[in-house]
Amino acid sequence: MKGKPLVSIISAGLSKFGRHTDLCAREIFAYAAKEAFMRCPRLDPKRDIKALFIGHMGESYEHQGHTGASIADWIGLLNISATRTEAACASSGVALRSGIFAVLSGLADIVMVGGVEKMTHRNTDKVTEYLAMASDYPFEQWNGITFPGLYALMAKAHMHKYGTTEKQMALVAVKNHFNGNMNPKAHMHKEITIEKVLNSIPISTPLKLYDCSLISDGASCAIITKPEIAKKYTDKPVHIIGSGQASDTIGLFERNSFTSLMSAKLASKKAYEMSGVNPNDIDVAEVHDCFTIAELIAYEDLNFCKAGEGGKFVESGNSKLDGKFPTNTSGGLKSKGHPVGATGIAQAYEIYLQLTEQAEKRQVKDAEIGLTHNVGGSGSTAAVHVYRRD
Amino acid sequence: MAAECEQCGKKHLPPRPICDNCLSENFKWIELSKKGKLLTYTTIYVAPNQFKDLAPYSVGIVQFEKDLKIPGMIIGIPEDKIRIGMALIIHFDSIGSQETWHEWPRYYFKER
Ligand SMILES: [Zn+2]
Repeated sequence: MKGKPLVSIISAGLSKFGRHTDLCAREIFAYAAKEAFMRCPRLDPKRDIKALFIGHMGESYEHQGHTGASIADWIGLLNISATRTEAACASSGVALRSGIFAVLSGLADIVMVGGVEKMTHRNTDKVTEYLAMASDYPFEQWNGITFPGLYALMAKAHMHKYGTTEKQMALVAVKNHFNGNMNPKAHMHKEITIEKVLNSIPISTPLKLYDCSLISDGASCAIITKPEIAKKYTDKPVHIIGSGQASDTIGLFERNSFTSLMSAKLASKKAYEMSGVNPNDIDVAEVHDCFTIAELIAYEDLNFCKAGEGGKFVESGNSKLDGKFPTNTSGGLKSKGHPVGATGIAQAYEIYLQLTEQAEKRQVKDAEIGLTHNVGGSGSTAAVHVYRRD
Repeated sequence: MAAECEQCGKKHLPPRPICDNCLSENFKWIELSKKGKLLTYTTIYVAPNQFKDLAPYSVGIVQFEKDLKIPGMIIGIPEDKIRIGMALIIHFDSIGSQETWHEWPRYYFKER
């Protein structure tokens, strides 16, 4: 078997994604944490968990910062070492990696990692404004460039350079809504057609409403430990065998390429090298489809296909549930939803389910190796992890 | 318009107080051509509150020299006439937002 385990996931939890009108972020997180605790009866959280890392992008949504401490208390871990990580939409991908650092350092044998965001109580204008904070202020935000705007700039460049079409982008949305419809925790349970995507209202050309991920509330978590003691807590651990993270300029405009993300390429290269896994070995992947174009670029940056061939790749059906590279079986950010701080570990949760054969209707048969690709902002941060079943 | 490091020659746009290449703090201002090339663009229909009155508006990234690029609004060209690769001219405008960023004047891209 490939890949020496860095750490092992012994449990994971996910709140329902969607609109939680009566709950604030720490309350939503408590539902994710409860699921993880219930799944792992041999663990005594109060006794065993030594540190918490929680991804949370924006204190603006609820006028509430200091997320580490508040979450720790609300999940029964009062007084624990609790730290918030922030890297825009990659906030919890980075929390996972911070948890790996903590376990590997030897300072904490069992660590909870997670992420949360509560967004839906704000109107779209405010959410647009808060999300844009992840981009460059003096040049990008100041010129009215939104978050969809940045990915639209990439989409136009990709279409111009490679001939990628709006229809190919629409296929990503159709596929992810198909998968999300089978995920009981997804925000949206609705299959859509190519025509529906192509005829939806423009957000930032060429991106239309159905090219964009959802504004959602939600929380995710995982409990990780030293591989040597994982079996004490569960018979079916999932091992993390590769971890890569990289950064890039805060402004998209400062980069040499607008058609790929250097951070994602570097992070995946590290994760592949560390795990000894090749792209061809990946049985199931969760990638950061904040916009449909982002999933096409992800196929290319992760070397599922060559640069420029993302459009053809989705057309070939390779990324469908029954394809060679089933991608975003959970529904992705597009249909499962995108509570930004929760997304990175929500991806890890889906891979955990897939590699322990708990993904029900969307189960990929005999899945052994999984991958998550979590991107912050327009690619200023990327975190990639590779997993394998025990 | 851009700052050139006097020690290593790296050109910075936007300017920085310390060169990330050699840590020098000595720069000279260099004048760039006002004419650049459009690398990519989009037309924004859903805008943040501060820009709502302007929507839909087009924005693009314009390259003036190798590695010297900035994003900005494209004014006076209908969306269907904007083309990647077209030449655009930068215009400066001190009216606009009350806020300042290092006294950088507000600018737009136009066809002439
Ligand atoms: Zn220098």
